[in-house]
Order: sequence, then C-alpha cells, then structure tokens
Amino acid sequence: MGELSRMWREMPSRYRMQGDRCGNCDQVYFPPREICPVCHRDSIGKMKDVDIDGAGEILSFTVVHEAPPAFLRQKPYIIALVKLKEGPVITGQIVDTVPEEIDIGTKVRSVFRKISEDGKSGVIHYGYKFVPE
Amino acid sequence: MSNVYVIGGGESKYGELWDRSLREIAVEAGLKAVENAGIRTKDLNAIYMGNSLGGLISKQEHLSALMSDYAGIASEYVPSMRIEASTASGGAAFRQAYLSIKSGEHDVVMVGGAEKMTELYGTEIIDITSSLVDREWEAFNGATPAALAALSARKYMMDFKVKKEALAAISVNDHANASLNENAQYRNKITIEQALNATPIAEPLNLMDCAPMTDGATSVILASEKYVKEHGSKGVRIMGSAISQGPFALHSRKSFYTVEPTIISTKKAMEQANIKHKDISFVEIHDSYSIYGLMALEDLGFVEKGHASEMVENGIGINSNLPVNPSGGLKAKGFPYGAAGVSQIYETYLQLSGKAGKRQIKDATCGLVHNMAGSGAASVVHILGVD
Repeated sequence: MGELSRMWREMPSRYRMQGDRCGNCDQVYFPPREICPVCHRDSIGKMKDVDIDGAGEILSFTVVHEAPPAFLRQKPYIIALVKLKEGPVITGQIVDTVPEEIDIGTKVRSVFRKISEDGKSGVIHYGYKFVPE
Repeated sequence: MSNVYVIGGGESKYGELWDRSLREIAVEAGLKAVENAGIRTKDLNAIYMGNSLGGLISKQEHLSALMSDYAGIASEYVPSMRIEASTASGGAAFRQAYLSIKSGEHDVVMVGGAEKMTELYGTEIIDITSSLVDREWEAFNGATPAALAALSARKYMMDFKVKKEALAAISVNDHANASLNENAQYRNKITIEQALNATPIAEPLNLMDCAPMTDGATSVILASEKYVKEHGSKGVRIMGSAISQGPFALHSRKSFYTVEPTIISTKKAMEQANIKHKDISFVEIHDSYSIYGLMALEDLGFVEKGHASEMVENGIGINSNLPVNPSGGLKAKGFPYGAAGVSQIYETYLQLSGKAGKRQIKDATCGLVHNMAGSGAASVVHILGVD
C-alpha cells in the first residue's frame, strides 16, 4: 500500500512508452534518463521526450515458475529481454503465446496491459507487455 | 603503507535457524571472531557490518549498533556502521574495514556479516529479494533475481553451445565441498542427474541452480601490521582489494553474460597483489546462480569467455588444479545475502591458515575471493595470501 505516487509519476513511460533522446548524440533511452551516459554534462538540458514505437526483438527469455505475490496468479509467465527498434533493451513479459512458440530472435510488439495490483484495495498497476508480431 | 591482516574469524551455523534472531546470530559470530583472533573487544577501533535486507525482512536497520550493544560492548563506544551493497554487502564491508586500517586511522577492526532470510512466510521473500534489481523497470514487470540469471543463462548456453550439465557441475561441486563443512546448510552430496531434474524456478534454471534462503552470520577481525607485530598475532595478509560498479539493470549492459565490474576489480586487485593467475591456489566465487559461477570463472580471467564448461568438466574439486568454493559456496554452504562476502573471506582465512580441517587444500598460499551484487551491478574482489 501507499505506492500511489511511485506508480503515478511513471505513467507516461509505463502507459505509452515515453522515452527520451539525447540532443547531443541522438541516442534514445528507455526508461528515460536525466543524463546521457555517453555525453555526460554535454547532454544537460538537451534530453528530449520521444515516443517509443513498441516494436522489438527477443534477445533472451525465461519462464518464471517461482514468483512474488503480485505475480502468483500469472505463473508460469515469460520474462524477456526485448531490444526495441529505437535501440534500448528492456525487460518485460511476453504474453498471448506459449514458450514453445517463441525463441531468441522472435519479433514482438508492445501492448498495454494490467501488470499487477496493490492488494485488494490498492491501485492497479498498468504498463507494457509484448506479444509476438 | 603498512599491510593489513585477517587475524581471526567465527561464524554461526548456516541454515534455517527458526529459533534464532538476527541479533543473536550476529552476536554469536562477532564474539567467536574476537575469541578466535585473541583480542579483547576494547581493542576494536571500529565495526563494519555487511547486511542487505534487514530492513525489509526483519524490519530492523542499524544492525551494527544493535550487534555491538547485544555483544555487551555499548559501554566501549566502538564506532560502527552497516555497509549495504546488496549481495556484495559483506565484501564491501570487508573492503571498508581494510581501507580504514590502510589509511592509518585504525589498528583493529571487526567486519560482521549477518542475514536472516527465513523470517517470512510464502513468496513475500521473492518480492523482497527483488529489491536487489531495478524495482521500477525489472521487478515491476515480474522479473526476479532468478529470472535475470535465467536470461543470462539462456543467452550464454545458446551463444557458446553450452549444455545444462556444465551449470549443474557448479552446484554438484558446491554440495561435495559443503559435505565437509560442518557449518554448511546443505551437507548432502548431489549428482549431475539430480541437479538436472530438479523443480524449475526460472527456465532454464531449476532449484539446484539457485542458492538457497539461508540464515547465517560470519565475522572476521582485521589488524594492522603494527598490531600484528606488537602482539605476535598470526594472520593472512590482504594482498589486493578492489570494488567496481557498472550498469545497474541487466538490460542496460553490453553483454548479458559478462560482468565488467568483475573483470575490472580482478585486474586492480591482482596488480596490487603483484601476482598472476597461476599463483592463485583456490577461489571462492559468487555463484548465487550456477550460471554466475561459470561467468565468474571467465570474468576472473581463469578461462576465456564461453569456455568455463571445459574447466568445470576437467574438475574444480578440492584436489583439482584450481579448487572452487572449498566452503561449499553460496549454493551449499548457504547464501545469507549480506553475510556471504564475509563467509567467503573466512573460508579463505581458514584455508590459508591450514585450519580448514577435512576440506583443507594442500599447500594453499593464495586465495581469490569474488563477491557480486545482484545480477552483476557491482563486484568486489579480494586476494589474500600467506606472508
């Protein structure tokens, strides 16, 4: 409980995959960063919001059987490292498929889904998951 | 600058210690270490405590102060603090203690490591251990520490055509060594077949690829060269010490099976020690997941990337060319997060002092200790040796 502001402030990135781009080197970041790790101080004030398309490719994946309480009803579920079209690699679930149907290299696309909920009376957390193209 | 020595240590039993509290095991290890080192508590200039999850599991912070009070030495007003670097907390605390003596400020310092992992019911502990990884961008989406290790494992196994047997061999070795360690959590030997057929946790990793939930505490005592000479203490010398930190989340790294902080720390520590790999008698590596054991042997520089499977197939037991985890490692001695790094140091001290009993490595003169944070955000490397 009491996670409202922690979740709320990330809504632009979780709901519609808002990342950012360094105005100095053009590198795209998701999740967004305040400072570009390549350009350091030269990037200050030059990080601009950018919308991530959501298309990507699986770099590795696992099927999770031992899950924390918030994910017990979903297990077993697939977690993957997904390389986005714009460059960043992110961690997310692969859904609407089975492990046998995917592999390293499978093309995926982001979808807006419920991720978990904060107990019976807390807020529901939404965000991105991925489905095979 | 003067040398720094480990002059003693002690520890609690490792395991599911249902009837014992965090403060009790921390105090037990501390007092045993003081006794073993032949010092008095009034000699202590400082206490550094490695602990990762006390706040979340036991709802107790400031463990260093609690331990010193319950060890009965509050009246001596010894400075103490807790050092937190997730599963590398123990190694990081040891390094802070080392630096405090190296700087000339202290002569005798205690390093404690304690963690009470079995306090909670059900799967809540999986959520708590997920605080090791990026809460908002890994754990939020359902990734657990085991899942991240599994992501490294699948990519590693595919890129280098490594079979599951190579991962299993890390765990089989840990159990064989732990069978000789009376403080270890799991003293049963296991076979490759048993390791391969265990319950899945995060595919391709199963229960036997994953270090357990362990309650345990270990303490060691460090002393300056001046103190050792004046008091005739016997100890092993800290020849090299380094810590390095890289990208936090697995997805931010250039490689999913290379831990750059391990490579960098190893290079620094070996330069300080002025040794080569062939001079190292044995290693204690951070194998919280079997895949991390293979990755560590490569990142530490004992074998090229992708070739650790050949090394483990040739044998990594106590009588091999390079014995790995004589203590039983994180998989079988046990994995109390913040204590693990101190546990590894204590084993190295025992081996180099010829006090390791049934698991004593013959002619051990130099040991390397590798303690890693989470999925590889940071690594601490220490090299200890006999003078």
